[in-house]
Amino acid sequence: MKGLYLDRDTPLHRLPPEVKIAAMVSATVIVVVTPREALWAFAGYAVLVAAVAAIGRVPAGWLARRSLVELPFVLLAFALPFLAAGDKVTFLGLEVSRDGLYGGFNILAKGTLGVLLSLILAATTTTRDLIVGLDRLRCPQIITQIATFMLRYLAVLGGEARRMRIARISRGDDPRFLWQLRGFATGVGALFLRAFERGERVYLAMVARGYAGRMPAAWLATGAATRNQWLAAATVPVAAAAIAGTAVILG
Amino acid sequence: MEAVALHISNGVLNGPVSAIYGVIALVALAYCISRGRRDLDDRLAPMAGLVAAFIFAVQMLNFPVLPGVSGHLLGGAMAALLVGPWVGALCVSVVLIVQALVFADGGVTALGANVTNMALVGTAVAYLLIALLLRVLPRTPTGLGITAFVASVVAVVAASQSFVLQYALGGTTDLEHYSLGAIAGTMAGTHILIGIGEGLIAAVTVVTVARTRPDLVYALRGLRQPQQVTAEGVAA
Repeated sequence: MKGLYLDRDTPLHRLPPEVKIAAMVSATVIVVVTPREALWAFAGYAVLVAAVAAIGRVPAGWLARRSLVELPFVLLAFALPFLAAGDKVTFLGLEVSRDGLYGGFNILAKGTLGVLLSLILAATTTTRDLIVGLDRLRCPQIITQIATFMLRYLAVLGGEARRMRIARISRGDDPRFLWQLRGFATGVGALFLRAFERGERVYLAMVARGYAGRMPAAWLATGAATRNQWLAAATVPVAAAAIAGTAVILG
Repeated sequence: MEAVALHISNGVLNGPVSAIYGVIALVALAYCISRGRRDLDDRLAPMAGLVAAFIFAVQMLNFPVLPGVSGHLLGGAMAALLVGPWVGALCVSVVLIVQALVFADGGVTALGANVTNMALVGTAVAYLLIALLLRVLPRTPTGLGITAFVASVVAVVAASQSFVLQYALGGTTDLEHYSLGAIAGTMAGTHILIGIGEGLIAAVTVVTVARTRPDLVYALRGLRQPQQVTAEGVAA
């Protein structure tokens, strides 16, 4: 399971995962609690996000394409000025609701910044490292354990689905567009079982080799964050907080 | 992987409501963790991972509801049937956490609200129905299938109404043309259809698993007599 990871060698990639998760979450919280009337604070955040992306050498085009995940919310943002209640203002020759305009901007700006921050984290951290980071942030072991297996088994599930499809085709089935659904529906239970039995064998093999609920990278304390790395990552939320603070005081 | 946004994004709900739901989700998850630890043995650990992976895969399918609101399969009922309510709620939460961190799907600050809707409300409603229906319905594959189907439909609709409640409490913008009743109605209507799709997938999967490996279905524990192994062999 590769996720969205981009294989590079930058200071951002080299930072331990736990400090990146902490920095991303705290920066997102600061962005979200910023009052929506503080318009230029969001411009400041955009510059900050661009700077972080540049350090991590995450291409702008890649970010733009991947941030399409929030497209439905963008539609909501553009619909709100016309749907919302409250006093009306004229904007670009259209009569729209002031509250809706702010509401739409609010969702658009905060949603986009949040997605960009998450994308930068995902682009610079492998999924395995993310789980190690969650473990080091004292996330309960049962959660990291389920997450580890989930990411492993996604590949198992995909592999079994591919093998079953090839088996069907080799027996003369000709799956196309919607007619695939029938074959899929009758096979979904079998797919689940086959993936489970393969996954169970993998799990028992791991237990036989000494697995007790944590991946070696988590309990071998090598590569854990140093104080300087924490300080380096803290610059992002601190800068965001400074932008928010000045915007509130001046605004 | 070109996923489309499924969950509540950052900035849709206001700060206090996001924070309150964050606290609710944290407290409930802490309880699920303490109960789930007792359940998670060598059989359930890989099962929990696979259920989470399966839910992750089916959540990729989604359908538009309103401008900006789309619905998708949730998987809470299937999780509750296969790994029990505690580990089931954790599985769905893990899916949501990983989607927020790895795929930027669902805002990090709205994670509490998303976990409450899909992991807590969905799984809890499903498990209550499962516990009830498995006692009432005949203990046949059909009975189990109907249980999985009904629990899925009701759980999906309950989860969608939980979002409407959150929007009523802390939506960042009031809508003029869509009253809350209309939103609730639209969400319920679409989610009944989604629930039917989800119910069929859940029913087929759970019945197949129950037929071949009944030991893997958590909801059937305690309803079955363990096989007695004696010196003469296996007694029925």
